[in-house]
Amino acid sequence: MLPELSREEILRYSRHLLIPEVGLDGQRKLKASSALIIGTGGLGSPVALYLAAAGVGHIGLVDYDVVDESNLQRQIVHGTGMVGRLKVDSARLRLLDLNPAIQVDAFNEPFTSANAMRIADPFDVIIDGTDNFPTRYLTNDLCVLTGKPNVYGAIFRFEGQASVFYAKEGPCYRCLFPEPPPPGLVPSCADAGVLGILPGTIGTIQATEAIKFLLGIGSSLVGRLLLYNALDMSFEYVKLKKNPNCKVCGPHPEITGLVDYFEFCGVPGLDHAEGSLGAGWELTALQLAKKLKRGDKIRLIDVREPHELAISRLEGAQNIPLGELAAHLEELDSAQEIVLFCKSGTRSARALEILMSAGFRKVKNLRGGINAWAREVDRSLPVY
Amino acid sequence: MPTLKIPTPLRSYINGQTEVPVSGTTVEQAMQSLMTQFPPLRPHLTNRAGQLRPFVNLFLGEDNIKDLKGLDTPLGPDDILRLVPSVAGG
Repeated sequence: MLPELSREEILRYSRHLLIPEVGLDGQRKLKASSALIIGTGGLGSPVALYLAAAGVGHIGLVDYDVVDESNLQRQIVHGTGMVGRLKVDSARLRLLDLNPAIQVDAFNEPFTSANAMRIADPFDVIIDGTDNFPTRYLTNDLCVLTGKPNVYGAIFRFEGQASVFYAKEGPCYRCLFPEPPPPGLVPSCADAGVLGILPGTIGTIQATEAIKFLLGIGSSLVGRLLLYNALDMSFEYVKLKKNPNCKVCGPHPEITGLVDYFEFCGVPGLDHAEGSLGAGWELTALQLAKKLKRGDKIRLIDVREPHELAISRLEGAQNIPLGELAAHLEELDSAQEIVLFCKSGTRSARALEILMSAGFRKVKNLRGGINAWAREVDRSLPVY
Repeated sequence: MPTLKIPTPLRSYINGQTEVPVSGTTVEQAMQSLMTQFPPLRPHLTNRAGQLRPFVNLFLGEDNIKDLKGLDTPLGPDDILRLVPSVAGG
């Protein structure tokens, strides 16, 4: 039995009620339906706003981060006044301001194998708006194991992907990507940057797919992967098929319960650790400042992209972008002490691996990158 | 010559280009041509045994080569192969 709409709701949703594909019954379906949004960042923001505005009666938000100034360029559910507040609280307040008639549950906790089943249980559709591979594989497996649709979106600089992975009707995320790329190959938005509008485009497509699923209308992205390029303004599709050997949705699954996704992806745990390699291969900004002050001969190598040098730079550092490092190894002296750095320590950790595999041993990574230097040593430099 | 479209995450290994002309009449030959032109790409696309890594998806038109003849899929001179990357940003 679907819930009735109040007079106020009939007025609020009148533009939906006018569309035959939605109508009064469709709007009542939305009121009775629920969606869990994993992540309230770039993708989660537009998804949450549009699902709330559309009248999805019960929305869950999962995140354990706080709002930061650098989020506001794209995470439009949060405002400047919310900097420093929990993202789920900030988003919940915004959604209830937009639509006080809906229920919004905030889960201020990491989404893990231990809590995912409990959190997701009451929801009809799951939206993947995360920013990391372990949570993407967790979300996929959870959806396959519980028979829920996984409305997928992912972004990188100017390019985005969207699909609906629904194992009952088509392939799952693992059918396309059986394994994650090795850590460090695909930089995060924090390292590589992202056009602020891009998650708006992809997140809005995810919201559209979620609404279509909840209403049971249209042709979904099940079995198709949308590839969007903002620079070319191109929307292209490729076909996705079920992998008969898929370890989670295939006929003979090896994965029958949630596993350790950090171990599976070969990345450290939940603390948003950036380039943490262990003390032996790292030094802090203060340690580096001390060495430079006492005159140690250190070759500083900045592995950021050249355009980042306009934001901040360390005096005396040589710029060799990570992608070009392997071609410049012969110019480096393995007998000299080398310190590698980037924005926050992730790319330079990868650079350290390249040098180590080439036999360099007197090499260290600046923990926290030039941003740590800007916070701890030279406050005249901006943090970005 | 067939063309290989390269996604953003891998462009730093190919001097920032968006696509690369490759030689060969099969997908395998095209990939070898790509990696010969740009050796730093090789460890990202293949494992130590030289096989394509599982997260590397190649599409010919709309079809995944895994659903065609895999690396033996024939390529015509005007064909466009697309590498679809695994990205996680959100």
